Amino acid sequence: MNLFAEALAWLADPVHWSGPSGIAARLAQHLAITVAVVAVSAAVAIPVGVLVGHTRRGRGVVVAVAGAARAVPTLGLLTILGLMMGIGLQAPLAALVVLAIPSLLAGAYAGVEAVAPDVVDAARASGMSEAQVVRQVELPLAMPVLLGGVRAATLQVVATATLAAYVSDTGLGRYLFAGLKTRDYPQMLAGALLVIALTLVLEAVLASIQRAAARAAAPTHARRAPA
Amino acid sequence: MNRHTLRTGVTTLLGVALLAGCSSEDPLAEEPAGDAGETIVIGSQDYYSNEIIAEIYAQALEAGGYTVEREFRIGQREAYLPEIESGSIDLFPEYTGPLLQYWVPDTSARLADDVYAELGESTPEGLRVLEQSPATDQDAYVVTSEFADQWGLTTIDDLAEVTEPLTLGGNSEGETRPNGPRGLADTYGIEVGYTPIEDSGGPLTVKALEDGDIQMAIIYTADPSIQKNGLVALEDTKGLFLASHVVPLASDDVDEEAAAIIDEISTTMTAEELVGLNSRSVEEQLPAATIATDWLEENGLV
Amino acid sequence: MTWLSSAWPQVVDLTVRHLAVSAPAILLSIVLAVPLGRMAQRSPRAGGALLSAASVLYAVPALPLLIVVPVVLGIPLRSPATLVVALTVYGTALLVRTAADAFSSISDPVRQAAVSLGHSPRALFWRVELPLAVPVLVSGVRVVTVSTVGLATIGALVGIPSLGSLFTDGFQRGITAEVVTGIVTTVALALVLDAACLLAGRALTPWTRVGVAPSLGILPRPGGPRPTAGRGATGIPATAEAAR
Repeated sequence: MNLFAEALAWLADPVHWSGPSGIAARLAQHLAITVAVVAVSAAVAIPVGVLVGHTRRGRGVVVAVAGAARAVPTLGLLTILGLMMGIGLQAPLAALVVLAIPSLLAGAYAGVEAVAPDVVDAARASGMSEAQVVRQVELPLAMPVLLGGVRAATLQVVATATLAAYVSDTGLGRYLFAGLKTRDYPQMLAGALLVIALTLVLEAVLASIQRAAARAAAPTHARRAPA
Repeated sequence: MNRHTLRTGVTTLLGVALLAGCSSEDPLAEEPAGDAGETIVIGSQDYYSNEIIAEIYAQALEAGGYTVEREFRIGQREAYLPEIESGSIDLFPEYTGPLLQYWVPDTSARLADDVYAELGESTPEGLRVLEQSPATDQDAYVVTSEFADQWGLTTIDDLAEVTEPLTLGGNSEGETRPNGPRGLADTYGIEVGYTPIEDSGGPLTVKALEDGDIQMAIIYTADPSIQKNGLVALEDTKGLFLASHVVPLASDDVDEEAAAIIDEISTTMTAEELVGLNSRSVEEQLPAATIATDWLEENGLV
Repeated sequence: MTWLSSAWPQVVDLTVRHLAVSAPAILLSIVLAVPLGRMAQRSPRAGGALLSAASVLYAVPALPLLIVVPVVLGIPLRSPATLVVALTVYGTALLVRTAADAFSSISDPVRQAAVSLGHSPRALFWRVELPLAVPVLVSGVRVVTVSTVGLATIGALVGIPSLGSLFTDGFQRGITAEVVTGIVTTVALALVLDAACLLAGRALTPWTRVGVAPSLGILPRPGGPRPTAGRGATGIPATAEAAR
């Protein structure tokens, strides 16, 4: 009896792949949750982060808020939101948004802030408006770091989205909870492997986007390939 | 990040695989048996009501001069029973029906005394069940009173009359257990969907019932929320659920004198009292220790 | 707050247990991540692989990790050691990147100067590189501290007591105050430890405050390290903080 071989056997069984609670459906749900959460969080966090990075004001507040948000235990937040909102996806989505925001916020302000001041000054001197400075100078140059934040957030969300199964019948977390409660560890491990595989794919995709952004940000001289 | 990453990732996975492969042990069958004779280790489920009973055992034994170690809230039956079987826990409040089904999944016993008798025979070497209590806490299918009125439901059989699709809610383990949709289909021929909600029939399950996300839920009969929320427990006419009385599961480390203390608790506790204890936990929000002390004092057991 | 008036001893007990698993995990993460980060910085090829491995590890969901760790190490599932190991895995994965960043933030002239002053490789590490890496390291440790304290709550799902036990219990009994107390206490504990890291960092780097240079007389690169493109994402807040 080998736990890992059993997990692989569980994954290889076609019976587990089809149907409304099959692997294919669970993978799609998990991906959908991840994308939705990162998109919503980005819509909130990136504008704020860019603004802070651009104006260099409110940094202390942002750092404090991001730090506190980082410390909020997702399980606890999910529990309390679940008690308020009932079962379904609302509670896990809201809890995961809180999880994703600190990385996105930090990526956005750190990226914009790191743009060399002389570049920004040069842009202003050439007659650009503040909005133009942000859009045409700071954002493109900040993009690699900003996307680093997106990557970090995605990584966290995709792993933690398994908790969505605590209050809803969604995502790869179902295999973890069902496996935990019935001591079906092969199923649980198989669920974990699926999450890791999904993470690797997302990482590869985001990394190549980030590389492209880095090339665009420094087109003239060959930049050291990001690690 | 590129092919390199993928390669590293795969290598890491293989590494984990190798490590996991090296050990084929069950992660839960651990802790060498044989505690020092004097200390009685008492466990409880990850369920507040079970913790109260365990705390009552603990305080009564302490009053009787025993040293007690509390290992409370250590999960569901599938997680903790191997630890009891391995001897690292000596005393655990259990429930006759579900415990029998754990050891004899296809048992045909349904009535309290039959279940208790068969349980006595199926309990593994080194363990025994003490006296069963009149107090019951068993699974029931519960619906809202509105839903019951709408379809004229009093028994599980009546669910056959419901023409809209039904979804049952409960902990995820219910999906594969005999008390879940499979048992319902086998015993009553009624097909239902299943929505896992991981709060053991707690407030989220009740909320889901009231919101209409699910039409029926598995809630324990000793749960005060049934009365409080005007819920209806459907009568089980065909014996889908086994009778489920509170019963202490004890190892041989629990001597006769200790067993006598526990037996007195079991015979004193009634089903109504158990609901009352649970209600103090949920409504008055008191800790298990306080509830246990009060009950033991009221009943002159300490 | 009926619940809290009678349950506060339990909250205190769980806070102590929570600290007892978080603190060792944070310390172990530092002990592991600093040499690994330095290794990653010294040899970029192996380092890239190491950092990628770290991000994969960070992606392992916590629940299965809590099941796999006891199998691999042969320790009991419900032992606090299981949780400490799992938290150390995440902490190390999170900190390795920042540690690598911290060491690469030291400019080569500094190293060369130290070597020409006669520092052995060991002395170079202990007396020059490590002290200069402290500011960035501390910011990384702060992130790890806060996230470890938050993550430790998950042990409640497999029966390892922590402040997370207040979530599972409060959830079952429908006591909102209990869940809120769990969250607030966890955040407070995280912030207290975070402040402790901050103070420890200041104490370790007196030269960053009053313009007192370290004994070598060479300051870190002006403006501190810059977040490098493609470097990790998890390292960003840390790096940004250090650039303050």
